[in-house]
Amino acid sequence: MTRFVPTSIDELREAVATALEAGEPIELLAGGSKRELGRPLQTPHVLDLSRLSGVRDYAPSELVLTAAAATPLAEIERLLAAQDQMLAFEPPDWRGLLGQAHGSPTLGGILACNLSGPRRFKAGAARDHFLGFTAVSGRAEIFKAGGKVVKNVTGYDLPKLMAGSHGTLAALAEATVKVLPRPETAASVLILGVVPDDAARVMAAALGSPHEVTGAAYLPPQTPRAAPLPAAMGVVALRVEGPEPSVVFRRDALLAELAAGRDAASLGDADSARLWRDIGNIAPLAALAERAVWRVSVAPSRGGEVAQAVARAVDAMWFLDWGGGLVWLAVADQPDGGAGVIRAAVGATGGGHATLVRGAPGLRAAVPVFEPQPAPLAALSRRVKESFDPRHILNPGRMVEGV
Amino acid sequence: MEMPPPDAGVIARRVQIAAALRRLMASPAAVIEAEPARRAYESDGLTAYRQPPLVAVLPSTVAEVAAVLRYCNEHQIKVVPRGAGTSLSGGALPLADGVLLGMAKFNKIVAIDYANRCAVVQPGVTNLAISQAVEAEGFYYAPDPSSQIACTIGGNVAENSGGVHCLKYGLTTNNLLGVEFVTIDGEVVRIGGRHFDSEGYDLLGIVTGSEGLLGVVTEVTVRLLKKPPTARAVLVGFARTEDAGDCVAAIIGAGIIPGGMEMMDRPAIHAAEAFVGAGYPLDVEALLIVELDGAAVEVDHLLGVVERLSRDNRAVSLKVSENEAQRLSFWAGRKAAFPAVGRISPDYYCMDGTIPRGRLGEVLREISALSQRHGLRVANVFHAGDGNLHPLILYDANEPGEIERAEEFGADILKLCVEVGGVLTGEHGVGVEKRDLMGTMFDETDLAQQQRLKCAFDPDGLLNPGKVFPELHRCAELGRLHVHHGALPHPDLPRF
Repeated sequence: MTRFVPTSIDELREAVATALEAGEPIELLAGGSKRELGRPLQTPHVLDLSRLSGVRDYAPSELVLTAAAATPLAEIERLLAAQDQMLAFEPPDWRGLLGQAHGSPTLGGILACNLSGPRRFKAGAARDHFLGFTAVSGRAEIFKAGGKVVKNVTGYDLPKLMAGSHGTLAALAEATVKVLPRPETAASVLILGVVPDDAARVMAAALGSPHEVTGAAYLPPQTPRAAPLPAAMGVVALRVEGPEPSVVFRRDALLAELAAGRDAASLGDADSARLWRDIGNIAPLAALAERAVWRVSVAPSRGGEVAQAVARAVDAMWFLDWGGGLVWLAVADQPDGGAGVIRAAVGATGGGHATLVRGAPGLRAAVPVFEPQPAPLAALSRRVKESFDPRHILNPGRMVEGV
Repeated sequence: MEMPPPDAGVIARRVQIAAALRRLMASPAAVIEAEPARRAYESDGLTAYRQPPLVAVLPSTVAEVAAVLRYCNEHQIKVVPRGAGTSLSGGALPLADGVLLGMAKFNKIVAIDYANRCAVVQPGVTNLAISQAVEAEGFYYAPDPSSQIACTIGGNVAENSGGVHCLKYGLTTNNLLGVEFVTIDGEVVRIGGRHFDSEGYDLLGIVTGSEGLLGVVTEVTVRLLKKPPTARAVLVGFARTEDAGDCVAAIIGAGIIPGGMEMMDRPAIHAAEAFVGAGYPLDVEALLIVELDGAAVEVDHLLGVVERLSRDNRAVSLKVSENEAQRLSFWAGRKAAFPAVGRISPDYYCMDGTIPRGRLGEVLREISALSQRHGLRVANVFHAGDGNLHPLILYDANEPGEIERAEEFGADILKLCVEVGGVLTGEHGVGVEKRDLMGTMFDETDLAQQQRLKCAFDPDGLLNPGKVFPELHRCAELGRLHVHHGALPHPDLPRF
C-alpha cells in the first residue's frame, strides 16, 4: 500500500502515472470527511491530496475565487465572509451524518460530490458555481477546462461533468468557483401544524409566490429536531434573504398569505441561520446512528408522497427540503436498507433518483448506492468514464460496480 | 475558414441518399433536395459563411430523428443539426457532404407544470414563446438572448445561451432540469426530468453548450421563475469609461447583483439613440443601464444605493425609470444596439469575449488602438456585470479586403480577452468562428481530452464536424495511452 502525497500538480501527475503504469487503482482523498460516501473502495494505493491547499486568487469584485483543490472549505468561507461574500450553493457539512468527526471538508471534495444546501433550488447546485479547473486525468495528463470568469461557453462545460463524478474521472488540482454577495439579513417563517398531505401544497404556494423564498423544508411531527423548531408537530419552514426592508416585507407577506388559519411563527437572522444549517447538514436524521440514510430527488410536488409511501412500508423517519424535491429518509432494520421500497416509490413518480448516503460498508457494497441507470445511459456513462480514465485507475467502483 | 474536406463519394450519391431519407419520413416533403430550396439553409446568423447542405431533412417525430441519425451513422454521412439558425458563431453552418437536420417542426409545448415550476417543450419552440405561454400565471423563463423572438430552445441548449439577465438568473445551463436527446447511433437518451441533479455523471451539463457535437436534443424541461413584482432601470452617464467600470465594481462590492447591468460606449450610444430615441445622453463616454428587480420596497432601497454609488463614482447624468414604458424604452436602445449599428455601417461583425471586469479600461483602450491599426470603426456594448464584451466591428463586405480585416481585428480582440485572463466566448459559442483560436486558450492536451469526450458520444465524428475543434483527430488515435515503463521518473516523490 502506497500513500502518495503530492505537493504540486507535477507530483500529482507522477503519482497517477505510477499507478497507471502499475495498473493499480488509487483512492482519492483530501480532508477525508466524505470517505464513507459512495461504494466502499478497496484500492492498493491512496492519493492524499491534502498538501494541494491554499487560495490562489480571490477578486471579490470579479465574483471569482481560485483555490487548490484540497483547500479547507472553512478557510475559504472565512475569507469570503470577511468580504461579505459566500458560496451561494450553501455547501453542507455531512461529518455528523457520516460519522467522520475528524475529517475536514475541502473545496475539491464538495465539488467532486456536487453537494449543495437548502438554497439549491434558488441559487443552483455546486455544479452551477464551478467555473473552471486544472486536474490530472486517469491518463496521467494535466489538463484544464472552463475559465476564471463568471460567463464562459468556450468548449465543453467539463466542470459540470467533474461535479458529482466522485473522483472517478480526474484528480482535481485547482478549482475556480463563482462567489456571490452574502445577503444582508435573513428571516424564516414557520407554518405550524401542517400534516404531511398538505406539505407540498403549502411549499408550492410559497415557491410560486413572488417573494423569492430561498429555503423551503418540511418536518413531519415524528421527526426529531432541535430548537428553534417546535417539537412534535408538522412544520413548514420558509426562508427569505436580502436587504432588511425587503426581508421584513416578504416575511410578513408569506405569513399573511400562507398561514391561513394555522399557527405561525417567525425566526430572526441568527435562529434562521441555525435552522438552515441543521437542515443542510441533515441534523434531524444524523443522530439515528443505526439507520440507513437515503437522499431522494423527485419532482417537488411528489416528495411528500414518496416519503409517506416508504414510511407506510418500512420504519422510516423523514423530512423534505428543496420545496419537497429533496426527500431525506432514515430507514431502520431492512436487509437492503430500504432500497427496494424507496426505488419503487421513486419509480412510481415517473422520474427521480435515490442515493444511499449512509450505510454500513457491506450494505453500500451490496445495494447500488446511486440510482441504477437505463442500459443506454449506463453504457454512455461508462464510455465517458473511459474517455478520462481508460484503465479505471481513479476511485474505481466508487459510483458503479466495475466502472 | 477551412472545413473538413467534403467526401466526393457522398456528394455523388445525393439523389440516392435523399431517396433513402425520404423513405424514413412520413412526409416526402420533409426531405429537401432541390437546389434553390436547399439554399435556404446555407447560412445562420454568421452570414459571412455560406454553404448549401447535401440535403436538408425536417423530421416531425423523435422516431424520425432517430431513423435519420441511424441511417447517417450506418452510411457514415455527416449531420449538422439546426434550430432557428440564429447562431452568431456559425454553429449551424452546413457541410457540402452533410445532411442538415432541421428541428423546426418540433414546435409544441408539451406540458406546463406550475406546481413544479417547469415546462416541457420541444426544441423548436422559441425562447420567447415559453415565457409567453406562462405569462398569464406570472411566470417566465429567465435566459433572454437578444434573438429570443426567433431563436429556439433547442439552439439555446446547444449553445448554452445567455442574455442580459444572466448575471442574476444564470445561463441556459442553470435553468434546465432535463433533456431528451438522440445519439448518432439512433439511441434515445433521457437525462434529468422535473427533479434536481443527476444520479450519475452530469450529462445534462455536458450536452448543454456542446454546439450540436454530442447529440440532437428532442425535448427540453426548463425551469420557470415567478416574475418579480417590480423592475426599474436607471440610466447613468459617465465622462470616463473608467468611472463607469469603477461604478460597476462598487455596485457589486456593495452586495448588489442587479437583474441586468449593461454598458455602452459613445459610438454604441449614438447609434442606438439615433435608431430608437431611447432618451440616452449623447455627451457621455459611457452609459450604464442598471436594472433592479424584486419586491418594490427592495427595488426602492437598492435604487437609493445605486444612485449614491453612481454619484460617488463621478456620474455626470442619472435617470431612473418612472414607469414600465420608460423602463422598456431604456432597454429598447440596448436591445436594438446591433441593428442600430447596422444602420451606420453596411456590415458589422459581433464579438463575444469575456474579460475580468477590472481590466475593462485597459481592454477598451487596446480595442481602440486595434481599431486604428485595422482601419475599421468599432462600437462596444458590454454585459458589465459579468464581463462579457460585445465589440461590434463596422465594415463593408463590398470593399475588397474589408471582411478579412474585420476578421483579423476580431481575432485580435479575442486574443486580447484571453491574454488578460478572460475567454473566447461568453455566450455565442465557438462554432466555426472561433474554432481556430481555441489554441490560444487551451493546449493540445486540454483539447484532446475534450475530443475524447466527444468520442464517447460520437466515435466516428459525424455530428457537426468542423465546429469547435481546430483539428480533427480519429478517436482511436486520441484513445491511445502512452505509458512509460521502467523506473519511476521522480524517486523523490513522497511515498509512505
